[in-house]
Amino acid sequence: MQQAGKFSSLLQIFVFALSFFVFQPFAHASEEENFNVGEMIMHHIKDAHEWHIAGPEHGGTSIYLPIILHDNGFKTFSSKYFYHGKEVEVLGKDSVIYHYMAGVGPAKGYALYHEEIYILNKEGQLHFVGEHPHNASPTDLSVTKNVASLLFGSLLILLIMFAVARFYRKNGAVAPKGIAKFLEPIIVMVRDDIAKANIDKHKYHKYVPYLLTIFFFIWINNMLGLIPIIPGGANLTGNITITLFLAFCTLLVTVFSGNKNYWGHIFWMPGIPVPMKIFMIPIELIGILTKPFALMIRLFANITAGHIIVLALISIIFINKNIAWAGLSVPMALFISVLEILVAFLQGFLFAMLSALFIGAAVEEAHH
Amino acid sequence: MDLILPDFGLLVWTGITFSLLLFLLAKFAWKPILNAVNTREQNISEALELAEKTKAEMQALKAENDQILKAARAERDQILKEAKEAANHMVEEAKGKAKDEAAKIVESARQNINSEKAAAMAEIKNHVASLSLEIAEKVVRHELGSDDKQKALATQLAGEIKMN
Repeated sequence: MQQAGKFSSLLQIFVFALSFFVFQPFAHASEEENFNVGEMIMHHIKDAHEWHIAGPEHGGTSIYLPIILHDNGFKTFSSKYFYHGKEVEVLGKDSVIYHYMAGVGPAKGYALYHEEIYILNKEGQLHFVGEHPHNASPTDLSVTKNVASLLFGSLLILLIMFAVARFYRKNGAVAPKGIAKFLEPIIVMVRDDIAKANIDKHKYHKYVPYLLTIFFFIWINNMLGLIPIIPGGANLTGNITITLFLAFCTLLVTVFSGNKNYWGHIFWMPGIPVPMKIFMIPIELIGILTKPFALMIRLFANITAGHIIVLALISIIFINKNIAWAGLSVPMALFISVLEILVAFLQGFLFAMLSALFIGAAVEEAHH
Repeated sequence: MDLILPDFGLLVWTGITFSLLLFLLAKFAWKPILNAVNTREQNISEALELAEKTKAEMQALKAENDQILKAARAERDQILKEAKEAANHMVEEAKGKAKDEAAKIVESARQNINSEKAAAMAEIKNHVASLSLEIAEKVVRHELGSDDKQKALATQLAGEIKMN
């Protein structure tokens, strides 16, 4: 009991110190100019070409990630040449001053504005029409913060799962120990409660590897996103590109698994009059797309919302410019973070579950 | 707005990474893991089945043993009963024989005694007869030593005869 108390107070101190350490850069920003919560949050949940660790936004401690551009051949250089480049102020047509970073050294001729890379025009600047520059963009294949997080997360999953596989390869079909003991129930849950429960029992085997991969990919990357410091903290699974890709994979698997019965229900719905059959075709076709679309939006919105809430709660301290507010904001952020641990699992489970449901509907045999 | 617009570069990286991850995991992780889990589940269900079968066999064996034991017990009881009967019979027979023997011995002893007794009696009789004759001779000799006495006796005898 006493030990538990000691531990929880230690944890509180740790969380407190950690949040203070992580959000130090924003404290600096608030001293210099008016602290803009919305901008800070949007900056965090969007992708970046650097992995910011501590200190002020410009000139703090950061990992500068490699920029890879395709613009008449590949160009590779460090993003340092943007972040440590020349800051340019330009007056837009709506008499608003826009700031962007013009590249120096190997990045010369390019500019970074809101984490987008543009090609400078003949006058060597960005031409703003409204909020966005009118300049052309090179194909940006940079290893951004999300790409780095994606690579790290994937490597982590590979290491964990290979360790589990190694256990079975070494010991054969015995009772699991160590990491295998922890992960086996989850793997069996995906196989039994997700795949077997939703897909025909003679066909589900084929889809188990896919469902396992998306489940662990989403779950582990969600968890990494909850860690406030490197190598976590990237809003990877809350990025629309990632969720779009995952939902697209499920769409592909569903469409290519669809049997005669499935397509029959879409193009010639049995059991209804002919005019209705024709009327149902476009509805069913849209239905094919809305299902993965819902998957995409659900994961994106849930994870992004979690990040926004935690950041907004921590921002209370910086809005009020008083550390005493940590007494309110840190426990609340801690509570939401704990909730997010549940959400991290739940979203992975839901994505895999619904994918299995869609696949199950596509491979179902006619039973009438 | 760019929060909800997909990014081409990230899409390319995700495509490559996820496909590679799916391939590597499916081949080197999920396959051995699921195989091991399936094999173990099969082993467990087989072991349970075997245990159930063995249990049934044990039950049958036990029932058989009980049967054998029961039969053996009955046989033992039978043998004991027969043995007791035989013993009783033998004892009875021996008793009967002994009684007969004893009766025979007693009978022969009695016969012996009787014959001995008869012999002894006969001898005593003979002896008494000879003694009586001797005494009678001596008495007669003494009584009939004088003529008077002879006469008196003859008279007496004659009187006795008459009285009869």
